Amino acid sequence: MSASGYLREAPRRYRLEGAACKGCGAIHFPPRAVCDRCGGRDFEARELSGEGELLAYTIIRHPPKGFEGQAPYAIGIVQLKEGVRVLAQITDCDPAELREGAKVEAVMRRIREDGGFIEYGYKFRPA
Amino acid sequence: MRKTAIVGVGCTKVGEHWDKGLRDLAVEASLRAMDDAKLYDVDYVLVGNMMSGYLQNQEHLGALVADSLGLRGAGAAKIEAACASGGMAVHIGCQLVASGSADSVLVVGVEKMTDATTPEVTKALAMAEDQEYSAYMGASFVGLNALVARAYMRAYGVKQEDIALFPVICHKHALNNEFAQFRFPITVEAVMNSPIVADPLHLLECAGIGDGAAAVLLMPLEEARGASDSPVEVLASTVSTDKFSLHQRDDFTSFRATRASAEAAFKKAGLRAEDIDVLEVHDAFAVLGLIALEDLGFAERGKAADLIREGGIEIGGEIPTNTFGGLKARGHPVGATGVYQIVELVRQLRGEAGKNQVPGAERGYAQNIGGVGTTITAHILGRVD
Ligand SMILES: [Zn+2]
Repeated sequence: MSASGYLREAPRRYRLEGAACKGCGAIHFPPRAVCDRCGGRDFEARELSGEGELLAYTIIRHPPKGFEGQAPYAIGIVQLKEGVRVLAQITDCDPAELREGAKVEAVMRRIREDGGFIEYGYKFRPA
Repeated sequence: MRKTAIVGVGCTKVGEHWDKGLRDLAVEASLRAMDDAKLYDVDYVLVGNMMSGYLQNQEHLGALVADSLGLRGAGAAKIEAACASGGMAVHIGCQLVASGSADSVLVVGVEKMTDATTPEVTKALAMAEDQEYSAYMGASFVGLNALVARAYMRAYGVKQEDIALFPVICHKHALNNEFAQFRFPITVEAVMNSPIVADPLHLLECAGIGDGAAAVLLMPLEEARGASDSPVEVLASTVSTDKFSLHQRDDFTSFRATRASAEAAFKKAGLRAEDIDVLEVHDAFAVLGLIALEDLGFAERGKAADLIREGGIEIGGEIPTNTFGGLKARGHPVGATGVYQIVELVRQLRGEAGKNQVPGAERGYAQNIGGVGTTITAHILGRVD
């Protein structure tokens, strides 16, 4: 990934910065140009709590290029308490002990190293 | 709008074609379709393909294939919609003919996957997903579909053994398909004992990696009646899209885009699910076959396993499905898959399906998925009497 592309995404990846629609109040993550609930285009930045519940998960055993050294690792869909759903790695746990419905919280972690460039972002861990 | 017909079909065997490149495969399938139709004057070439830019460093496939076929001057373009690239290319081709923009359209789907390493192909497949919020996190395409499988099993209490029956039947159907990649029988035990790729998906529930190309020739139905002995009519060609990423949807166990494209297609054709005699579904992962049977109305939500257990999707069953092996056993050369489905339905409707012929098949339905239920095309084909 290019450095400028990486920096552009930093507020979302470092702080879970979403957007609240001024028209209908819907919270979006990542932020969108058009609210898909009301069609509105006015938003204000809203930092998300990072607190949520694990809805579904899997354990990746054959990773894509760039993640070879990390497998096996868990990936899950998390519903944040703001109602937003995000996809992320589930870390700091034995994947075999995960279960749907578990309370999780966001943590900042190294995602991968890409040619000497270390990329960071959110993961979730059992709360 | 004009009615559209398919007047020629052709394909290569799916497999590891170490001696054939992307262009060779596309040309071979195209020439077979042109020879089948005895039609060599083509206005427009559409190439369904997903990964040539990444895997072959080759784009601009429309003109590349048109020129290779000697079709100087033809309109040409590549059509990309992830794993639905083939179905989408057929869909756009139908629009060109129906609208009167073209009088003969060659649609060829092609993918060359076996020159690359598995991590490279895994990365290329994940390009169907949001790079910044799904792939960035290390989600593989298999992994995202594994989330669907887990959610589906949990929601309906469906057992893995029940899902494993789907690829067993696909392999059985592929035994009689000379173009299939995997022509050997498998058992539920073999599926369950195969390695786990992403929990709960076993290797034998997942379509493999293969090279292949399939082609169809489209014409207005009125002209096709004179030009072809056995034209097949395109009764409906539709497409629908959903929220881009699976995790942003409310329900992970059903695809809205399947339901919407089917509803539009059935309405356009004036038909219902029970009018379909033969079905092609996008079983890139076995659970997707079950979900498709439910979303298309052949089984109640969570009940597809019962239909499968009772022999409902076998030849002679209630709704014979993936009669040439489906993605799992025929093979899944990604951008070609949606065109293979159409080729196979045409063979059934012409009565040319050999040992796997569905007796009296008059109408067929094909569902092709791009991404995790994100872009879905629907085609309903009918025999012309
Ligand atoms: Zn809104």
